[in-house]
Amino acid sequence: MDKNFAARRRRDLVIAAVLAGLAALAPLFIKDVYVQNILILTLMYAALSQSWNILSGYCGQISLGHALYFGIGAYTTELLFTKFGVLPWFGMLGGGVIAAVIAMGLGYPFFRLRGHYFVIATIVIAEIGLLLFQNWEWAGAAMGITIPIRGDSWLKFQFLRTKLPYFYFALALCCLAWFVTWWLEDSKWGFWWRAVKDNPEAAESLGVVVFNSKMGAAAVSAFLVAIGGAFYAQFLAYIDPESVMGFQFSLLMALPAVLGGIGTLWGPVLGAAILIPMTELTRSYIGGSGRGVDLIVYGALIVAISLALPRGLVSLFSRAKPKGATR
Amino acid sequence: MSALLETRGVWQRFGGLIANSDVSISVGRGEIVGLIGPNGAGKSTLFNLIAGVLPPTQGSIWFDGENVTHMPAAERCQRGVGRTFQVVKSFETMTVIDNVIVGALVRNTVMREARRKAHEVLEFTGLAARADVLASDLVPAEKRRLEVARALATEPKLLLLDEVLTGLTPTEAQTGVALVRKVRDAGITVLMVEHVMEIVMPLVDRAIVLDLGKVLVEGKPADVVRDPKVISAYLGDRHAQRA
Repeated sequence: MDKNFAARRRRDLVIAAVLAGLAALAPLFIKDVYVQNILILTLMYAALSQSWNILSGYCGQISLGHALYFGIGAYTTELLFTKFGVLPWFGMLGGGVIAAVIAMGLGYPFFRLRGHYFVIATIVIAEIGLLLFQNWEWAGAAMGITIPIRGDSWLKFQFLRTKLPYFYFALALCCLAWFVTWWLEDSKWGFWWRAVKDNPEAAESLGVVVFNSKMGAAAVSAFLVAIGGAFYAQFLAYIDPESVMGFQFSLLMALPAVLGGIGTLWGPVLGAAILIPMTELTRSYIGGSGRGVDLIVYGALIVAISLALPRGLVSLFSRAKPKGATR
Repeated sequence: MSALLETRGVWQRFGGLIANSDVSISVGRGEIVGLIGPNGAGKSTLFNLIAGVLPPTQGSIWFDGENVTHMPAAERCQRGVGRTFQVVKSFETMTVIDNVIVGALVRNTVMREARRKAHEVLEFTGLAARADVLASDLVPAEKRRLEVARALATEPKLLLLDEVLTGLTPTEAQTGVALVRKVRDAGITVLMVEHVMEIVMPLVDRAIVLDLGKVLVEGKPADVVRDPKVISAYLGDRHAQRA
């Protein structure tokens, strides 16, 4: 039994390494900038969704306000860079730390809420964040911040002539988020989170400090999402509140995980690999006729998949069905 | 040697309802104590106060020489109080082994050790063959046993069993009784709430009868069942007079 378990963990790691290797080779064959762009976004959303999954999937605290942490990552990086000349790499880490601290600060009152009330609180808080940034003159208010272009440089993490560095960074971030999840899954925290999600009262009776577990999950999740936000800001070279903190980001972090399998190791990556290209393609091919048709197709597909596979796409791959499955 | 668990003058009021009034009980090390009484006697309330789900309105609770009256449940578990729930609360999306690992993590920070401990407990409770099954796929009697297994994995000094034998078939109940004895033989003190007298009485060393929130009678099971006060609490005054 234990051998199976260890073998499965190793197998997951090998599969991830192979997939990452293949992805790293993709730019050799894919020269089209439009397609590269889709790949970058896919990897980024896979990473974001993987991070979202830590709090909402494993720990069961459904957040529809993660756009806040994404925006905080973006704004911290760009404000530090444009106002104080701090390199984006430091801004990125700083944004991650600030987001984690804010996530815990918000968790303090809101983790007492249960179920739908918690979800509503996350949406409201993210909207408040959006409004604050829209009215914050020093941070560019609704006009946003344009990142001064000083030529291609890894130091300043900006590239005009090629998208490849962004691609590799997004790939690295995706690998990091996956690996963190993989590592946490077989740790005290991972077990605590799943216990909290399934039954907080029973968890408490078994020595799990429910409140602290939620705080831990929130901090890790927000930190990684903020790194994603910093990346996105550098990638766009321009940010305004709506384009880094809009509600759609909260949704786009949640949907891949839900589609692929919430609270699973592979769900977010699988979901993002299907969802993000589809979003982009439907938008460019049938979205031109005015906003709407692409969203209808998109929505219909999500409804169809959730009806057919309520446990997500990964359930197609689980060898042993319910009986005998470990996750 | 002092008692492992003691409640001193514990009161619990829910609005106008008095669930426990001035309850003082003690449980010695190595004992199996039965907490019995008719429905609504305040057994579950007292049980929850001991487990730390809520603090009593008045009075104090002492565990292993320490005042734990206001200690949260998780911390009590770390001190050595393990419990099961009357309405089973398995982690339904997790496998049986994973359920037990959660408990084992209290005393084992290294995953490998927690996993080993969990397997050991599954052997002990006779659930080893079901280790990789999802908790939601267990039959009710197995879920009860999983509750016990999870609590045992926390390596408690005191195990609180909330109606683990109620609603089982006679065979299942016998297996349950054997398990409780085995737990005591492993050096763990047991406090069990039951309201089916014929199952608990042969099993426990001492019985505490609650009625209307108060301790009615306390003593050896054989004496308790013959006590007129107990008979009247369970069956009404008419029967008490006849006995």
